[in-house]
Amino acid sequence: MRIFDPHIHMSSRTTGDYAAMHAAGVRALVEPAFWLGQPRTSVGSFTDYFDALVGWEPFRASQFGIAHHCTIALNPKEANDPRCAPVLDLLPRYLEKDGVVAVGEIGYDSMTAEEDKAFAAQLALAIDHELPALVHTPHRDKAAGTERSIAVVRESGIAPERVVLDHLNEMTVAMVKDSGCWLGFSIYPDTKMDEERMVAILREYGTEKVLVNSAADWGKSDPLKTRLTGDAMLAAGFTDDDVDLVLWRNPVEFYGQSGRLSLEGEATEAEFAGNSILRGARK
Amino acid sequence: MNAWLEKALSDVATDASALRTLFPGVGRRVGRGPSDVPGWTVDDVARVRLLQAAPSAAAEMPDLYRYGDAAEKRAVLRGLSVVDTGDAGLELVADALRTNDTRLVTAAMGEYGAAHLDDSAYRHGVLRCVFMGIPLAGIAGLDRRTDEELLRMMRSFAAERTAAGRDVPADLLPLLNEQDA
Repeated sequence: MRIFDPHIHMSSRTTGDYAAMHAAGVRALVEPAFWLGQPRTSVGSFTDYFDALVGWEPFRASQFGIAHHCTIALNPKEANDPRCAPVLDLLPRYLEKDGVVAVGEIGYDSMTAEEDKAFAAQLALAIDHELPALVHTPHRDKAAGTERSIAVVRESGIAPERVVLDHLNEMTVAMVKDSGCWLGFSIYPDTKMDEERMVAILREYGTEKVLVNSAADWGKSDPLKTRLTGDAMLAAGFTDDDVDLVLWRNPVEFYGQSGRLSLEGEATEAEFAGNSILRGARK
Repeated sequence: MNAWLEKALSDVATDASALRTLFPGVGRRVGRGPSDVPGWTVDDVARVRLLQAAPSAAAEMPDLYRYGDAAEKRAVLRGLSVVDTGDAGLELVADALRTNDTRLVTAAMGEYGAAHLDDSAYRHGVLRCVFMGIPLAGIAGLDRRTDEELLRMMRSFAAERTAAGRDVPADLLPLLNEQDA
């Protein structure tokens, strides 16, 4: 089973996770820029984070045979902090980098005026830089937030097939399917969505334009949830081809719209900026 | 010439700030293989041409370096040799010499570094290269800036390597022998 995890925060994960993911079949992933748990207080900590997403983290992934790409954005939660919002002015530099395959995560957290502004501005950046957009739907008041997100996407003028609305559930799947956007599902141990519910949604709504991710981060989460979902699909009678469509070809098609997806097995460099993570390998 | 590069050159000639978004994607558009310039890649050459075409590139270079990935940083360092930045480029050279990235350390020891680094910084830059296994052939200014103190540092380095039972880089030997002759 070949797996592309379209949403996982590897900066928060260990090398052991990378090894386990590779063993489970993960060969590619996208790491969206998001909140780090500890609030940032300056633009500089964003740019250092972005530098890691296009530098150190792809290198780390390459050591385990996994292709790493990322999405770059000011996330909705921190869009509310006036000390962070100026990072919007620096995004155009990062949105042109090789490993950046979408603008994201953008969208709503608490649906404030500041979030409105950052959301619309970054959809415009996606159009300017010819990138797809990854839209986070809020954890609280999700249905209303998703409806409003669809309206903002429509107003922006970006083509719906270049947008994914993520963290969907039974309440929001139908409206997103009707919108023409892609449908993202985050499979979590207890909360957002689980494997069995995911299989039920695939039965009802089909496999087209569906992205399944682990959204694993620094919270209780599991980087192998993509594989477990594939196993659950097979157990429920889906074919190998259905699993390959959902877990590989769909994310390749969605992020491939950036023109920057690089999945050929490139020779991995042994060192990043002189550092190896394979301790003991150097003499 | 590559049509994308042709348009990019004319864009930056009109407005140097266009460099901010044109610089990162150069490798995707022109390739990353070796070029006619020894030691330079095709994207190095294209990025340096963009710097030369922009009317006030010197003002853009510090931020192009700060927000650049390794390939962009390397091109800015190479550009220091052809764009007049006065002493302002020294800060970028110093940053590159602090990294552990052989690509950046090599580029920092180009013509600009050879012309602007003070004696101590230049010697330590050369020693850093030797230490990191960077070939001396890629370092600018050795013929005119090698002094007795640098040779002493090299001999000491060679002695330390020999005492540890490790090899001394082959390209270091002629330099040391020349002095003994």
